[in-house]
Amino acid sequence: MRPETEAELAGLIAGRDAPLWIRGGGTAGVVPDAADVLETSGLAGISLYEPGALTLVVKAGTPLAEVEGVLAAEGQRLAFEPADLRGVLGASGEPTIGAVAAMNVSGPRRIQAGACRDFMLGVRYVDGLGTIVKNGGRVMKNVTGYDLVKLMSGACGTLGVLTEVSMKVLPMPEAQGCVMVDGLAPDAAVQAMSAALGSPYDVTGAAHLPVGVDGAPVTMVRVEGFGAQVDYRTGKLRDLLGRFGNVRVETEAERVAAGWRYVRDLEGFVGVEGDLWRISVKPSDGPAVLAGLNAVKAQMDWGGGLIWAVVPAGTDVRARMSVAGHATLVRGTGQPRFHPETPVNAQLAAGLRAKFDPKGMFNPGLMGAN
Amino acid sequence: MEMPAPNPAIVAKKAELVRRLTEVLPETAVIHDEAETRAYECDALTAYRCPPLAAVLPSTTQEVSDVLRICHQMGVPVVPRGSGTSLAGGALPTADSVILGVARMNAVLETDYDNRFIRVQTGRTNLSVTGAVEADGFFYAPDPSSQLACAIAGNIAMNSGGAHCLKYGVTTNNLMGVTMVLMDGTITEIGGAHLDAAGLDLLGVICGSEGQLGVVTEATLRILAKPEGALPVLMGFDTNEGAGACVSDIIKAGVLPVAIEFMDRPCIEACEAFAKAGYPMCEALLIIEVEGSPEEIRHQLSLIKEIAAAHNPVDYREAADADEAYRIWLGRKSAFGAMGQINDYMCLDGTIPVSALPEVLRRIGELSKHYGLGVANVFHAGDGNMHPLILYNANQPGQLELCEAFGADILRLCVEVGGCLTGEHGVGIEKRDLMVDQFAPVDLEAQMAVKDVFDPAWLLNPAKVFPLASSEARRAVKIAAE
Repeated sequence: MRPETEAELAGLIAGRDAPLWIRGGGTAGVVPDAADVLETSGLAGISLYEPGALTLVVKAGTPLAEVEGVLAAEGQRLAFEPADLRGVLGASGEPTIGAVAAMNVSGPRRIQAGACRDFMLGVRYVDGLGTIVKNGGRVMKNVTGYDLVKLMSGACGTLGVLTEVSMKVLPMPEAQGCVMVDGLAPDAAVQAMSAALGSPYDVTGAAHLPVGVDGAPVTMVRVEGFGAQVDYRTGKLRDLLGRFGNVRVETEAERVAAGWRYVRDLEGFVGVEGDLWRISVKPSDGPAVLAGLNAVKAQMDWGGGLIWAVVPAGTDVRARMSVAGHATLVRGTGQPRFHPETPVNAQLAAGLRAKFDPKGMFNPGLMGAN
Repeated sequence: MEMPAPNPAIVAKKAELVRRLTEVLPETAVIHDEAETRAYECDALTAYRCPPLAAVLPSTTQEVSDVLRICHQMGVPVVPRGSGTSLAGGALPTADSVILGVARMNAVLETDYDNRFIRVQTGRTNLSVTGAVEADGFFYAPDPSSQLACAIAGNIAMNSGGAHCLKYGVTTNNLMGVTMVLMDGTITEIGGAHLDAAGLDLLGVICGSEGQLGVVTEATLRILAKPEGALPVLMGFDTNEGAGACVSDIIKAGVLPVAIEFMDRPCIEACEAFAKAGYPMCEALLIIEVEGSPEEIRHQLSLIKEIAAAHNPVDYREAADADEAYRIWLGRKSAFGAMGQINDYMCLDGTIPVSALPEVLRRIGELSKHYGLGVANVFHAGDGNMHPLILYNANQPGQLELCEAFGADILRLCVEVGGCLTGEHGVGIEKRDLMVDQFAPVDLEAQMAVKDVFDPAWLLNPAKVFPLASSEARRAVKIAAE
């Protein structure tokens, strides 16, 4: 099924009760046998873009690359830095903005700028009864009624099919720089990243690769801004991080961008066999969690709070976490993909699903959807 | 603004209710004397008042749970209250409700600079959260103008913003986790010191739900390192269009100030008469603040000056030091006080797309003539959040109603041009009946369905946010169950 309009989509959903698998670009998951596929690619196009108001309204099936291209032409971007995991997932297809929104996909800049959900100003969606609903809007400050925008972001389509999203966009900075500390163990790396993130220099990325491109551990701290500002801040951070080890500074734009793409898209993980997990914990808990994973390949982002790890197939990563946080199985089978919620929160979530998708049609088996 | 009639069956149970509440709370935490409950009869929307049946001031999450369980069992509505600074009537009681105030829960529970968060009880005031960490070089970013008094509980309920949210976001962007008590007394934890809670984004829908989904007793908040410095620049324009275009060009140029404040002529004149900050007399005035090291500030201000020059400012003043910065902010920060000096006023809070600013100001001027009431505009221009102040005389019969009608027209205008009814104050009772202008019935139904899940009996702050006619059937279930 590939509806071309929101109204067509609504009619289609209203008239059925069999399971539906919502597919944007088809880059993320495997379709369960029992479900028909709903393609969102027919709902595409940019509805409104006002660079001077930092506002973009776009139909959900629009390819992410198209959105980023239109923004780049005005010197703007999606500041939450959505990752492109096609390489590591072995997927083809074009990621869509709707899927990015529905899955709350956020990259390294999440620690400074916020997650995808923080940039979502409004949504239109079709619920499980075929009703077209709107929430939020196109303005940056809006507390009118409940924030269903956040609820839809991260629901992975289990509460409704997004048809349009409004987003806050931001200017692309003139320059970027990366301060690197060589040879740190994970706990020292997290201390260094905490020092950088707790400084006034507005760090926009802090990651640690236990095995960097040249085979040695590297801890990366990014700043962005005007040229002189980046020079000033990388200099300050170089001084601040000197006590941790040998510090290098890179300010050549393309090299800095390539380094952070490597982190964002898990380029170092391509071809590494095993289950791929994404683990969110308090940054200072990161090193101990990482040590307990017995990972084949791993990296830390978000100052240590986000661990990406490939582990031998079937490893129960959740059982190895003894701290608060959550783990998502991004590639692999045999275990629930999403971290179990507490009983009370699971009950609330089930209640919401029963309201938004009473026929239980959307994305069967995903998250808590039956 | 109409409120539902109190349910006599509930009022009749007052003695039993008070007895049960004093079983779980110290006697001093249960206020039921009619004279004393008057202290809770209104919030900062003082035009509407009604003493509650009782007020409780619990000290722990467990006490909050005990109170809610009792009220749930007895079918008594509960109105949560932070510091009572809501401009929208969010904490306005009904005569058959219990006010649950979190003011005694104001402790800092944990401060963690390595992981950049603070965990507090939610009765703590906004400014005192920053107060707890500023000696160590950190701050809590959302800064509503009532920050000296307003509580984190209310900030979460209303998803409060502030002048600096252009750069740092509003409450929802700085809230990492909560401990929340549901209406039936169930205690739950959502999120925490890690990012992006597992499962559905319950935290996202709780923030801004105006105390209708649960009572948040503890919050994990993101704290940030203080910037090295900040300085404002002031510029005057002889048209609103010029000021609006200047804002748009600054943003397009990639400069992202921490604040962009706009004032129109009536506001400039009132502030100048009140605060004598030395503002230029012109049609529109912008105050723009940038942050960073002295060198970074100079660079950003030079870019702003160059952009502004293309829009023919009639005045342009950069603050050279803290004293000059203080004088630039002085007038803006005393705007509400200045208005209060001249007149009674009603402060509105709609948001518009920044590009619609000149048209909206022109049409507000026309409405002002039509209603015969003066209006002054202050405005967070970077994010389109307007604060028109309508001047009226509260002692003159009919003026409040006239003022409310004028306000409603302005808010409908905000919606018409693509904006919304409220940017940071919340709906409460004030904008409740205008929700139908922004939302279709199905949109409101989807929101009310969320409340059905968290609070099936509709006992938490039930007469707020949704037009009474829209929520009537749900609230009636409660009454029928008596």
